[in-house]
Amino acid sequence: MVERLRGWSPNAISEVIEFRGETTIVVPRNLLRDVAERCRGDKDLRFNLLSDATCVDRYPLEPRFEVNYHLVSIPRSDRLRLQVRLSADDPVVNSLVPVWPGANWLEREIFDLFGIRFTGHPDLRRILMPDDWEGHPLRKDFPVEGYRDIPAIATRYTRNRT
Amino acid sequence: MTVQSETSTVETATGKAKTMVLNMGPQHPSTHGVLRILLELDGENVVKAIPDMGYLHTGIEKSCEDKTYSQAITLTDRIDYLNPLGNNLAYCLAVEKLLGIEVPKRAQYIRVLMVELQRVSSHLVWLGTHAIDLGAMSVFLYCFREREEILKIFEFVTGQRMMTSYIRIGGLALEPPTGYLQRVEKFVNMMPSRIDEYEELLTGNRIWIGRTKGVGYISADDAIALSMTGPVLRAAGVPYDNRKVFPYSSYEEFDFDVPTRTDSDVFARYMIRVAEMRESLKIIRQAMKKIPPEGPVRTDAPGIVPPEREKMKTEMEALIYHFKIFTEGFSPPPGEVFAAVESPRGELGVFVASDGSPKPLRVHFRAPSFINLQALPKLIEGKLIADVIACIGTIDIVLGEVDR
Repeated sequence: MVERLRGWSPNAISEVIEFRGETTIVVPRNLLRDVAERCRGDKDLRFNLLSDATCVDRYPLEPRFEVNYHLVSIPRSDRLRLQVRLSADDPVVNSLVPVWPGANWLEREIFDLFGIRFTGHPDLRRILMPDDWEGHPLRKDFPVEGYRDIPAIATRYTRNRT
Repeated sequence: MTVQSETSTVETATGKAKTMVLNMGPQHPSTHGVLRILLELDGENVVKAIPDMGYLHTGIEKSCEDKTYSQAITLTDRIDYLNPLGNNLAYCLAVEKLLGIEVPKRAQYIRVLMVELQRVSSHLVWLGTHAIDLGAMSVFLYCFREREEILKIFEFVTGQRMMTSYIRIGGLALEPPTGYLQRVEKFVNMMPSRIDEYEELLTGNRIWIGRTKGVGYISADDAIALSMTGPVLRAAGVPYDNRKVFPYSSYEEFDFDVPTRTDSDVFARYMIRVAEMRESLKIIRQAMKKIPPEGPVRTDAPGIVPPEREKMKTEMEALIYHFKIFTEGFSPPPGEVFAAVESPRGELGVFVASDGSPKPLRVHFRAPSFINLQALPKLIEGKLIADVIACIGTIDIVLGEVDR
């Protein structure tokens, strides 16, 4: 699998991670869509089902974001993870909706919760949070209890005294 | 979500006509929760459909990051509230994979038994609510009667009817009580005739056939392209079932079929789910034979799996481990894993990323309802508004899972 992609383009793979029997292929950002098309179309790979897409925020490390696409090949009974690493100041990557239409809502969810922008996505709107929500809740610098409207008790107390 | 309220004009057989935008939901009995669908209508025909969700978003994935690995199990129950044991299993399989621990065979078989009972109960809720949406009131009452029996078994074994949290990292929460297999056997003996009853009410029913046959068609290629899994994909003729393709929890030792059909309409999906209930009963019967009467239900992994109560009272080491597990938790090695199970709705995947600390860096649930719902516009656009209800029902969505 890895050789097949390497044979097609030596730049297509920047790193291969084997962990607990799962293969992760780290792809450079500009080649993601090409590699994805290859994975889907190649007659020896045939990853026809995009099972899942998700993101990991490694704040404060850099590159901060990892976008993972979990692929399944139904005819070959195989799984593969494609990973793209994105920096905090430019979290933009090519959308995979043209390759797998099922990526549509998955990428919208990543955009909504992590603030990663997908170029070429047909309908990049928030999907779970309200439209007027500020911030991206699954980022590590977003507090678990959210930003509160009511000031903390200590500040309220000092304000009353002055 | 904001939507332009102005309507557009469409070409109809009788000339140009204005369309109308209708808000279906979020509080509509047939949306099975709080799902809102914006329908652009030309008379009775749906021109465009935009699902809008997030009303039940509770930030479970974010909450998991703030809990230890064992604490997060209680949150998984609440994702897909018709399949709590399946969620527990998917999450525990992912963490066990991350830790690299094996679960004793006895625990694996009991897991299979419980998850298959859960599948039957989930399909029963689906069948009952789907039938009531389409006007068959009595089926609902029958289905909930049998579901109650399953919930009673759950209460007996796990102590809870719905939010079971029974499957834990490294095994099970408790040794099942004596006599549980007799209860399961009683249920398994009763159930086939009950499924016949439902089929008698529906399968040959002219109204049911009229409402379901030929409705909500999607081709196999489109279904795969839209990442659909579960009964919807199998009704399109693709035999993709995680229990067969990527077996987990000793499913490879069980003998069962994956029912498929090719019509890919609402009726075919109904037939698939009914057939799946029968297959589940087959698996339950085999599991009952396989479960050894004695043996551990938790793996021996000090520092990860809580020690037995007896040992805790007599051994100093066990006491220390117990204290450490429940205060600090355990730290799996850094890495990322993805474990998938076949939930009643499709492929339920759990992605866990660890950075070597006692709390997960990221937990993500590949929710089958969420992804299958994506195909709803494809199923209903160009069809009648009455079919919208049949199509929502046939995907079998659980809004708790859609929004997480």
